[in-house]
Amino acid sequence: MRKEDLLFDKKNLRKRKIINTIMLSLCIIAAAMAVVPLIYIFFYTAGAGLTSLNFDFFTALPKPFGEDGGGMVNAIVGTVILIGLGGLFGIPIGILTGIYVSEYSGSLMSNVVKFITDVLSGIPSIVIGIFAYGLIVLPMQRFSALAGGFALGILMIPTVTRITEEMLKLVPQTLREASLALGISRWKTTLRITLRTASSGIITGVLLAIARAAGETAPLLFTSFGNSFWSTSLDQPMASIPVQIFNYAISPYDEWHRKAWAGAFVLISIVFIVNLIVRVVTRNKYSGSV
Amino acid sequence: MFFALSIIFVVLLIIYEMFIDSSQSREKFGFGFIFSSDWEPVKEEFGALTFIYGTVVSSLIALAIALPISIGVAVFLSEIAGKTVGTSIGFLIEILAAIPSIIYGFWGIFVLAPYMRESFQPFLQNYLGFIPLFQGTPFGFGMMTAGIILAIMITPIISSITRDVLKAIPVSQREAAYALGATKWEAIKMALLNAKSGILGATVLGLGRAVGETMAVTMVIGNRAQIKTSLFEPAYSMASVIANEFAEASGQMHISSLIEVGLILFGVTFIINSLARFLIFSVTRKADMK
Repeated sequence: MRKEDLLFDKKNLRKRKIINTIMLSLCIIAAAMAVVPLIYIFFYTAGAGLTSLNFDFFTALPKPFGEDGGGMVNAIVGTVILIGLGGLFGIPIGILTGIYVSEYSGSLMSNVVKFITDVLSGIPSIVIGIFAYGLIVLPMQRFSALAGGFALGILMIPTVTRITEEMLKLVPQTLREASLALGISRWKTTLRITLRTASSGIITGVLLAIARAAGETAPLLFTSFGNSFWSTSLDQPMASIPVQIFNYAISPYDEWHRKAWAGAFVLISIVFIVNLIVRVVTRNKYSGSV
Repeated sequence: MFFALSIIFVVLLIIYEMFIDSSQSREKFGFGFIFSSDWEPVKEEFGALTFIYGTVVSSLIALAIALPISIGVAVFLSEIAGKTVGTSIGFLIEILAAIPSIIYGFWGIFVLAPYMRESFQPFLQNYLGFIPLFQGTPFGFGMMTAGIILAIMITPIISSITRDVLKAIPVSQREAAYALGATKWEAIKMALLNAKSGILGATVLGLGRAVGETMAVTMVIGNRAQIKTSLFEPAYSMASVIANEFAEASGQMHISSLIEVGLILFGVTFIINSLARFLIFSVTRKADMK
């Protein structure tokens, strides 16, 4: 049967309309199925986390099993330190690479760099952990915050690079040309004009990278390891929220599970808030540029 | 720029270091490492087959579940939903992608695994028990649970890229289809067919994520090095064996073997991601040129 005949066949049309309805409903069901786990996980974590979240959680050290109370202050501080260490080199490298890829795009080298950035973002985080282990833990002969921070820094690079690149591409070309026409050198144009225009977007990229790094567990397991005591020295093992959650989660004690839920709630809140900020900032950005 | 080059340097260093650090096990076991299923740290016999099997099967389960749902979500977001609903659900799904994997794993232990053990797996066994895949004791922790957790985790990635790819297909094509009297679904189907290499790319990218995923899998897969037909049985994946054994490895050979597992994992994800980038690029480039 030819296509023309198909289109005007009444009975066939009904069949096609039914298929249409079925497939469209399936799509809606699929969307619902994808959203349900999010809502479930979010509310479950909130429910289990809020009940065990208290002031102590943020101020007290972990207690051995059997003693009531205690918190995760060492893990919270640990996570902040680890992210700070990672950000110290991960963020600048990420931003500079993003500038390179965007401002010098078209050359073979920038394409290679772009590809490599994609590769880096695809490397499983546990492999980065092995890398940090071999590079820092082995020579030092012990687990250390330094190694953990290093691993997190590497993980931040591709996120920051990509967002920087995207945001710089939104800066109108005419702005750069205007600056160059005034006789301002290229690097100064990039630094003072382009980068400044895109700064709010880049900051959101950095926030996103930080939120991601805050939840990374796998690369920390055998780099910064974990620590149940207060420690801020960089050459010693250091606690972090995700690793602490992991250790508590696989333990058999209910009390520890409750602590872990509280930690999970803190993490999920960070992710949620950061994404919300990013959403608001980038929306203004897009509507401004159109 | 110097910093952009440093990224290339870092990636090369990762490869180099893992290659050197795994030399001991590579020399001893050769290619047999990939085909041997022995993993006995005490006897210093190592082979990665069970882990490769676990990673491959759990990722395939995840894809089988996530792919149809993701396409449905993408179609819903780009073709069916209005702007407000579309962006807000899109936002929810983005958050789903940003939740740390440790939280998925934690949720998996306390919600998904018990549910699988008590309801879902007995149900499958009752009605589909004649298939060897669904036989044996429902443990809750095992291959199937890991696959489902992974499916939840990669759905956001596949669906958001599929949505972007669908948006890159010119509207005029769909309008032409409508003009010929096509139903909405028929027009969408045509767009999907045109976007197929991009969707394939999104799928492969999701696969890459599933293969490298560590924490969530480690927490629900059961961590037993065995190859069983039944999906109810506990298994082990490449990433999770590294996560579990690395910090307390019993000797040089053990560490070296784990690093070799990491090297394999790196190689696999590298190939998968390159392929995905290429496929996605081939579609979106056409849209950029337009």
